[in-house]
Amino acid sequence: MMLDDFLVRAALGGTGVALAAAPLGCFVVWRRMAYFGDATAHAAILGVALSLVLSTSLFAGVLTVSLLMAMTVSVLSGRGYAMDTLLGVTAHSALAFGLVAVSFVSGVRIDLMGYLVGDILAVSRADLAIIWGGALLVLALLGLRWSALLTATLSPDLAHAGGIDPKREQLVLTLCLAMVVAVAIKVVGVLLIAALLIIPAAAARPFSHTPERMVLVAAAIGVLSANGGLAAAYRLDTPTGPTIVCLATLLFLAASLVGRRLGPTASRATGPRQ
Amino acid sequence: MPLLTLHDIGVTRRGNTILAGIDLALQAGEIVTVVGPNGSGKTTLLRVIIGALTPTRGEIEHHSALTLGYVPQRLHIDPTLPMTVARFMALPRRRPADALHRALEQAGAEGLADRQMATLSGGQFQRVLLARALLGRPDLLILDEANQGLDHRATAAFYRQIDRVRRELGCSVLMVSHELHVVMKASDRVICLNGHICCQGRPEAVASSPAYRDLLGVDERDAVAFYRHDHDLAEALP
Repeated sequence: MMLDDFLVRAALGGTGVALAAAPLGCFVVWRRMAYFGDATAHAAILGVALSLVLSTSLFAGVLTVSLLMAMTVSVLSGRGYAMDTLLGVTAHSALAFGLVAVSFVSGVRIDLMGYLVGDILAVSRADLAIIWGGALLVLALLGLRWSALLTATLSPDLAHAGGIDPKREQLVLTLCLAMVVAVAIKVVGVLLIAALLIIPAAAARPFSHTPERMVLVAAAIGVLSANGGLAAAYRLDTPTGPTIVCLATLLFLAASLVGRRLGPTASRATGPRQ
Repeated sequence: MPLLTLHDIGVTRRGNTILAGIDLALQAGEIVTVVGPNGSGKTTLLRVIIGALTPTRGEIEHHSALTLGYVPQRLHIDPTLPMTVARFMALPRRRPADALHRALEQAGAEGLADRQMATLSGGQFQRVLLARALLGRPDLLILDEANQGLDHRATAAFYRQIDRVRRELGCSVLMVSHELHVVMKASDRVICLNGHICCQGRPEAVASSPAYRDLLGVDERDAVAFYRHDHDLAEALP
């Protein structure tokens, strides 16, 4: 059967993650949540340690810790520290505590690199089910709340006046972020998840005149990066997760070069030149 | 029965009293302007009315079916977020294309539907915000210093547009301003705010009241001169 081939499973896993990451990545870019995504992803390594100690599923452990991390940051923000300071503290301390915690787990031989940069070639059928289940859930949630999320992103007051609670929409995004981190850890690892969220969305900006179009283009770029990166890594015998991110970055560079010729909207999107 | 009634509204944040003892009733079809210096709680009052802020004390009473149209003070759209005028107007609810075009026309923003929000001028942007607020056929239109970034001429034109819209739709208008001179003519009532309501009444009465002059720091001759001057200006513009 087709799923017996590890390359096919890897391609399907990468595609699933790229599809879920596209709309969420756009929100991360629009709302300037890149650091937030990083912090949530870095906390995932603590979740790995936790699930090993408690011998629960990796997915559950990572999801729980990522969610807790995201909530903590949400609650702490606006209490005296600037957001980037807060995230700088939480992201790296979560990573450090996670790495220390993993070292305490004895008796299990852990391939730490696998969690840090991903091990997409080892994606099993069960992993595939989790990745696609999680990805579809994220897509469904974002799809259902789409207009409310966009309105809250534009302006919290505009959302209030339209009967939308921006805090609830923030919560939806936080939940989706934790979910994407949990399903993506196998594919690109905790260090590179944020890249998979942000780079395709940023690359899509010059070719988009509406938010919906930006999501579609980001999805196409993400899927292309995942599959192209997989193929390239196979040929060049390079680590797969980083190769995927490298390809996405090349596509981003090409997009910003082309975007510069596309008129005022595009040039505004790519940098401080206005 | 009034459209909206505020009973003894008070807002306290971190020990600072921002608003206290606000009693206010808005009648259907009325244009009310709230004036006050910076930090007088104008925006806070609007945020309480649109439900973005829960007051520390007091309550708000209105029909359950009351529809608000809100025009924010300013709106920064992140340049990474691509947004056409038409797409922006259809948030948070999709609307039929003809309703959208009618609203743009009512707000004096016809022909802008396909433009990117980021490429609009200040005046065009305000008109699009107004058009978006009109789409929901509001009973009450709320404008928070909607003339920011507009020069006097554009401000006068914008307020005339609002007056026209009010007559067409029959909605009430509540707006906030820190300058009285251009707003006054169209208003039925002006409320001077400085944490509490200092004085209120017809525009002419408020302009000559000592409480208003103390609050905004203008002497009598200035206030009258300003008022007359802009009165004439508003008349002179087509």
